Amino acid sequence: MSRSSVAGMIELEGLTKRYGEKVAVNNLSFTVRPGIVTGFLGPNGAGKSTTMRMILGLDHPTAGDVRIDGKRYEQLKDPLTYIGALLEAKAWHGGRTAYNHLLCLAQSNGIPRSRVRDVLETVGLTAVAKKKTKGFSMGMGQRLGIAAALLGDPRILMFDEPVNGLDPEGIHWIRTLMKSLAAQGRTVFVSSHLMSEMALTAEHLVVIGQGRLLADTSMADFIARNSRSYVRVRSPQRERLLDVLHQAGIVAVESGGGVLEVDGGKAERIGELAAQHRLTLHELSPQQASLEEAFMQLTAESVEYHAHSGTHATSPEPPRQQWGDGWKRG
Amino acid sequence: MSSPQSQMPQAAPAWQAAPGTSFPSGYTSPIPVVRTHLGHAVASEWTKIRSVRSTLWTLGVFVLLVIGIGTLTGVVVAESDPALDGESPLGLGFFGLLLGSMCIITLGVLTTASEYGTGMIRTTMVACPSRGRVLTAKAVVFFLTAFVVTLVSASLVAFLHVAMLEGDGAKSPSGGEWLKGTVGISLYIALLGLLSLLVGSMIRHSAGAITIMIGAVLAPLVIALFMFSESLQDVRDALFEYSIPNQLSVFYANSLSSSGPSGWDPLWIILGVTAVAFAGAFLLQEKRDV
Repeated sequence: MSRSSVAGMIELEGLTKRYGEKVAVNNLSFTVRPGIVTGFLGPNGAGKSTTMRMILGLDHPTAGDVRIDGKRYEQLKDPLTYIGALLEAKAWHGGRTAYNHLLCLAQSNGIPRSRVRDVLETVGLTAVAKKKTKGFSMGMGQRLGIAAALLGDPRILMFDEPVNGLDPEGIHWIRTLMKSLAAQGRTVFVSSHLMSEMALTAEHLVVIGQGRLLADTSMADFIARNSRSYVRVRSPQRERLLDVLHQAGIVAVESGGGVLEVDGGKAERIGELAAQHRLTLHELSPQQASLEEAFMQLTAESVEYHAHSGTHATSPEPPRQQWGDGWKRG
Repeated sequence: MSSPQSQMPQAAPAWQAAPGTSFPSGYTSPIPVVRTHLGHAVASEWTKIRSVRSTLWTLGVFVLLVIGIGTLTGVVVAESDPALDGESPLGLGFFGLLLGSMCIITLGVLTTASEYGTGMIRTTMVACPSRGRVLTAKAVVFFLTAFVVTLVSASLVAFLHVAMLEGDGAKSPSGGEWLKGTVGISLYIALLGLLSLLVGSMIRHSAGAITIMIGAVLAPLVIALFMFSESLQDVRDALFEYSIPNQLSVFYANSLSSSGPSGWDPLWIILGVTAVAFAGAFLLQEKRDV
């Protein structure tokens, strides 16, 4: 199944998780490779966390399989030096100090005690090492979770929504951290519901919606395909402008409200043409469709598809509303 | 041991390096790879149990109850006139240990159930994917802790009572009585705590599991008290004889009833129940999602 020469591969094959009637993860197949940051993107409730829990052997898949370098998670004899994970904020006992929390994890995997101080230093929690974690802020909690993930200096790192609760400085820090971890040849698999965040960190993108794989592509491809640049044009002499553009071989599309949209970055050319033909322009603005929009469209389609293939009685509107809410919150 | 230390300072500045270069061979950790075993899990669980306040509280209150109530009973009995008529003074430790067992039950439940409450269990299971090993490590660490603390407290109280009542006509306890009144009762209480730990693992809810265990200790006696009817005589006796307080008293040979378990029977009974609970907790843990 996996090439043994490549270490740090996570391979999912037909991974499915059902909770009663509800399908949380639906026949998911993709591979996460070393050396790059792979973004795992989907709206809230898309099944990202469930997938990550199955990778880590916490949840049993209903069907399908997930392997880490050809092995199941529970077959790993030294899991923390192989794969480190930030799962959810504050998955620990609040009464224990940060140092003791990391110490008990280190001991369970035979990791030298000195690593505890090293990772506390790395995440910047040395000053509060002997403080109880229940007093930690959300950001400090995330840092402790990241320290736990780095403890075994593993070749694979998984972060579930790592920027949640971090301040701008913390977000910048974790972005740099993830990129540099990947640059060292590690596998970095990071989930997020924010396309903008992924665009800044990930080189590869896996998008899911409603537990279904929607895209498995390089970030460059995704941007090239989805971030359409176009020019918005408004003119009181719309018909004449259309003729002029047509003669010049420029395709313009009407998009309602008297607005014309021209694909590509042709703003200068349109301006010159309008001047030559003495046409008045009210607007001539280059536009860039955001990745965020592209992603919303991608996931919204999956919702619509789901609504049609499921019960015909339910309208596609309510679920769409929910997806939108998820975005706004982010 | 030296390689991780020498490697790490290099790794930190490397993180600031520009990304983009990829190593198809993946990353190899400089940390020596260790094949983990039960010993690692036990060390980890020991750190866990000693690093939370609830351990200190429950065991602290336990020692206070056992020694405090033990001393009080000793003083009261020594003051009263016809003291122990040729009876073994060890039996006086019963009251403190009965109340103290509630603390051991609470600590046992918290050892497993609190991890589910806090979400720590996911971190634990990621670090040690062998769920059976985690449960075994918790059981070993808790059992030994509970046993040692109980043994020390119970022995202290036993010596105290024997010393206090020496001149009061109490009989000098035999070696067998000493063994049952210290090691025997401590094994029983530690097993009762272990049973609570397993119930906590199955219920995954601290308050629920503690309620169930305290109910298991008290309910049979209380229910038996209300069984007035003649026809229920047998049930009533059985509830009485096999209730945990009565089984505890068997270790002092002053059972509340004449029939029912005697000698070391209570220990075998709780050992069987705990073994069944362990199997149940193990199977459930394997089957369920964390």
